[in-house]
Amino acid sequence: MISRPQRILFWTLLFSSVLMSVVLLRMRERALDRLLASGETMPLNPPTGTPVQNVTMMMANDMDGSLQPGYQNLALPVDANARAHVILQHLLLNYARPNSKHPIAANKGVNEIFFINLPLEANQVLPGTLAVVDLSGSFVDAHPSGIEPETLTLLSIIATLHTNFPQISQVRFLVDGQQRDTLAGHADLTRVYLASDSPGVKHL
Amino acid sequence: MLWIEERCRGLTLGLILAPLLAGAQSNTPPSTPGKVPSPPVPAEMTASPAATPPRAAARFVVVIDAAHGGADSGARLSNHLLEKDLALALSVRLRSVLGAHGIYVVTTRESDGAVPDLNRAQAANHAAAAACISLHATTSGSGVHLFTSSLTQIPMTRFLPWETAQGAYAEQSLRLSSEIDSAMRHAEIPVTLGRTALQPLDSFTCPAVVVELSPLNTAGKVTALSDPDYQDRIVATMAAAVEQWQRDWRQQP
Ligand SMILES: [Zn+2]
Repeated sequence: MISRPQRILFWTLLFSSVLMSVVLLRMRERALDRLLASGETMPLNPPTGTPVQNVTMMMANDMDGSLQPGYQNLALPVDANARAHVILQHLLLNYARPNSKHPIAANKGVNEIFFINLPLEANQVLPGTLAVVDLSGSFVDAHPSGIEPETLTLLSIIATLHTNFPQISQVRFLVDGQQRDTLAGHADLTRVYLASDSPGVKHL
Repeated sequence: MLWIEERCRGLTLGLILAPLLAGAQSNTPPSTPGKVPSPPVPAEMTASPAATPPRAAARFVVVIDAAHGGADSGARLSNHLLEKDLALALSVRLRSVLGAHGIYVVTTRESDGAVPDLNRAQAANHAAAAACISLHATTSGSGVHLFTSSLTQIPMTRFLPWETAQGAYAEQSLRLSSEIDSAMRHAEIPVTLGRTALQPLDSFTCPAVVVELSPLNTAGKVTALSDPDYQDRIVATMAAAVEQWQRDWRQQP
């Protein structure tokens, strides 16, 4: 025969267990929701454990038409293409910030960047690399039209690439994987740009 | 069509320009085959070159190239102002100011129509101009952006490749840019200098500069490109620079 106090204790414990299970399940659902929500807006993050490096960005300034070095600590992936992608994404992200000296509205930046090793030319010790930068259509659509802003954007990308990857000697631009005539009506995207300490244009 | 008018006095100019235009015929950019009918080269243009007349006797011609036009509006400068319209309006005003000072002006665009780069370059090159000025405008930056071609100086030869002919004028173009730069600074208009790869600039066979106008941003005060006083200042300053260039040009051998 079970005594009355024992029966009360049993039902109390059972009720507590059920309540705790319900609370735990609810908390788990909330945590999952939070995780999914943060995943949608999560910025491009390199895999954890990658070393943080001080990266030089060649920042454009519309007011004086200059490129000035800026420095940023970034966790960079090991793969060179992925590293260049992260660097360019942050460069363009800086231009979308308030008080940017070279304002470009928020956009998706660069889709992809890949390197192609060039054949060794006469008088060259090391072969150069062609960097192909695939800009997103949203970046091109958001870009202000004008010779100065467009030229500065290209020079900023070229100089930033060359500063961080000195082997890059030439740069080509695509937009969503296709060749486009100009960036926003002026700067020529059909040409191969020479990446050096003083960027120029390779006239084919 | 201004290049037709120019062709009427094509005997002397044609003799000088024959190699350039012949080069143009054989170097039509591959992107526009069949798109733009090339004007026939007048018979006299095929004659062998004669001696260049002395500068004092030669006519000082300025080409003004109002950029964009037609479906190509250029930059949207404000809700009511497009780059193509401002470029055309300033081209017309600059032409009348220079005309009032006795300077002969050839324009590449007279209305809101599309003018292919090839036609602009042909019009400019046919004029044997002492200065070619392309007018653009943007909302970025402050004051005036002066651009010369990114081409490096190449020797002046009888035949110049069409797409890079400006290379033969690289140093003269830098001097013209410097002249406009001085005049703008004198008028307290900020200037940035740059080099760019742009058509029709790279095909111009004349000292050539792109003048890109932007709002005036001084000490936190912004003057829009639509401001009539600002436009007047720019036109007057450019006219002063061209007149100074004319004086320098006359003194050159
Ligand atoms: Zn323009």
